[in-house]
Amino acid sequence: MSMILNEEEQAILDGAKGETMAKVMETLVRYGEVFGATRMVPVTSEYNHLVTSFGLKAMTAVYELMDKILEAGVASKQKFTVDPRPLDKNVPANFLQSVVFKLFMYTKQDSYEKQLERLGLLSDKGFSCTCYMDEVGNKPKYGDVLSWAESSAVVYANSVIGARCNRNSGIIDLMGSIVGYVPEFGLLTDEGRRASWVVRVNTTKKPEAQLLGSAIGMKVMEDVPYIYGLDKWLGENLDDAACTYLKDFGAATASNGAVGLYHIHNLTPEARKMGESLILEGAQEYVIDDAELARVKAEYPVMWKNPDATPKLCFMGCPHMSLEQLKTMTVRVERGLEASGKKKVVIPTVFTAAPGVLEEFEKTEYAERLRATGVITSYICPLMYMNNPLCKKMPVITSSNKLRTYTTARYYTEDEIITQITGGTIK
Amino acid sequence: MMTFKGRIIAPGTVTAKALVSHGGLNTLASFQAALQFGDKEAKCGDQNNPDLFGQKMAGAALCLPQTIGSTTGGLVLYCACAMHRQPACMLFSKPIDSLAAAGAILADVWVDDIAMPVIDSLGDEFLEYVKNGMTITVKDDGTVEVEE
Repeated sequence: MSMILNEEEQAILDGAKGETMAKVMETLVRYGEVFGATRMVPVTSEYNHLVTSFGLKAMTAVYELMDKILEAGVASKQKFTVDPRPLDKNVPANFLQSVVFKLFMYTKQDSYEKQLERLGLLSDKGFSCTCYMDEVGNKPKYGDVLSWAESSAVVYANSVIGARCNRNSGIIDLMGSIVGYVPEFGLLTDEGRRASWVVRVNTTKKPEAQLLGSAIGMKVMEDVPYIYGLDKWLGENLDDAACTYLKDFGAATASNGAVGLYHIHNLTPEARKMGESLILEGAQEYVIDDAELARVKAEYPVMWKNPDATPKLCFMGCPHMSLEQLKTMTVRVERGLEASGKKKVVIPTVFTAAPGVLEEFEKTEYAERLRATGVITSYICPLMYMNNPLCKKMPVITSSNKLRTYTTARYYTEDEIITQITGGTIK
Repeated sequence: MMTFKGRIIAPGTVTAKALVSHGGLNTLASFQAALQFGDKEAKCGDQNNPDLFGQKMAGAALCLPQTIGSTTGGLVLYCACAMHRQPACMLFSKPIDSLAAAGAILADVWVDDIAMPVIDSLGDEFLEYVKNGMTITVKDDGTVEVEE
């Protein structure tokens, strides 16, 4: 192996802490060497974040591996948050769906959650893909080195917070935390954080976050884009509205492509600090205007058996909604209902957010107002809910481009979603 | 016959029929249904990948530029290997991405009874040349032979 390890790392690799720990280290070293890492660097964040939150029978191999780690007594001392739970009784499911969920799919959920507790789960409320929100409490600092997974959280931590994390896979996230070191390559290095794409946003109105992210993700794939023109719409401060926008935008870049970091001119921390020096010589260019966004949206395949079916369910909140977003959307739903003359939403609608965010939302007047519209709130992962043959056949609509990518849910802009769920007419 | 030389990510030798994706393989979207619902052929479920959607991935020589999408990608690939629903080999025209590398290494280190050779950096010309159904042979030095 060509990576230079310090004495402690080498001893672990040689088996000083047992066979399981040696295999964990071997995995990390081989992983780093593929990407030219020459050394390991310490994980400096207070908490870790894991992507695997679901007790799926198909993931038995993962739970067995975690058992090996627990049995070897090498679980990490670093506590962690984890992606959202897959089930919530508040979310509409017919009898057959409930049976499939409980008896065939998530049969390992209870035992897996016990396993997570033994591995160091931060708290019972630590289930969210938006772990970086204040209400969840896993927000790294600028420059922190992370061993996280969850593509939407990684791209947010890198881009909006300025932490350093590669797009680690599930299991690798846990292993870096166990060892306390991660291989130094890619987005952990200054050079790896420079942009090989320049994106110019020339739209005539504020672009839909999830549509713009999708367009950029599909174009640049795993590269780092430096984006001009968004500061015009988002301002130059990372306030709640801008962070919410970038959360949704980033999730789409990461799921429709493989973006782990983006820079927004005049807005995100490294772009503000280093500006255009972040752009690599010979960077490619991508210009986005209204027509380009329309083209991208028009090319999404419609996976419904009957494209004209009436939607049976609507999900908003993949990734989980922010407190600011829940409030804003409450007002938008109310206005939509007012315009259509209806009292409640005409399509069963679920807004998803982190348990801690929902708790704070309940303390506001908006919670009762949202309930009055008929919209349900939940901590669920919509993606996990949709992942079965029964839901696959359901005509589900969403404003999430991530959900669209992984399921048969049909994507609409937020305006279109509001119009549909409040019984209005799409123009 | 054409020969290409790449870098070994996971070692092994195998001969199998090519299955080609010109776009990135979204590992979660491609494998999730197959792993959950007993599809031993691992038919690709990624609606956004017209090259692979509905095609049998298990046992195929999967030729692709890279993988994309959710960071569950590596563990999904690891589970596919543990459940014996993995491709015969994975052949990347580009340098491998972090999720695919994780899956390949996790399987190689932690799954005892399978071998899924993974070779990367085979070059754009590899993906331009190879077509579905061609016979692929992976040698233990990272050489990939492609026969019509």
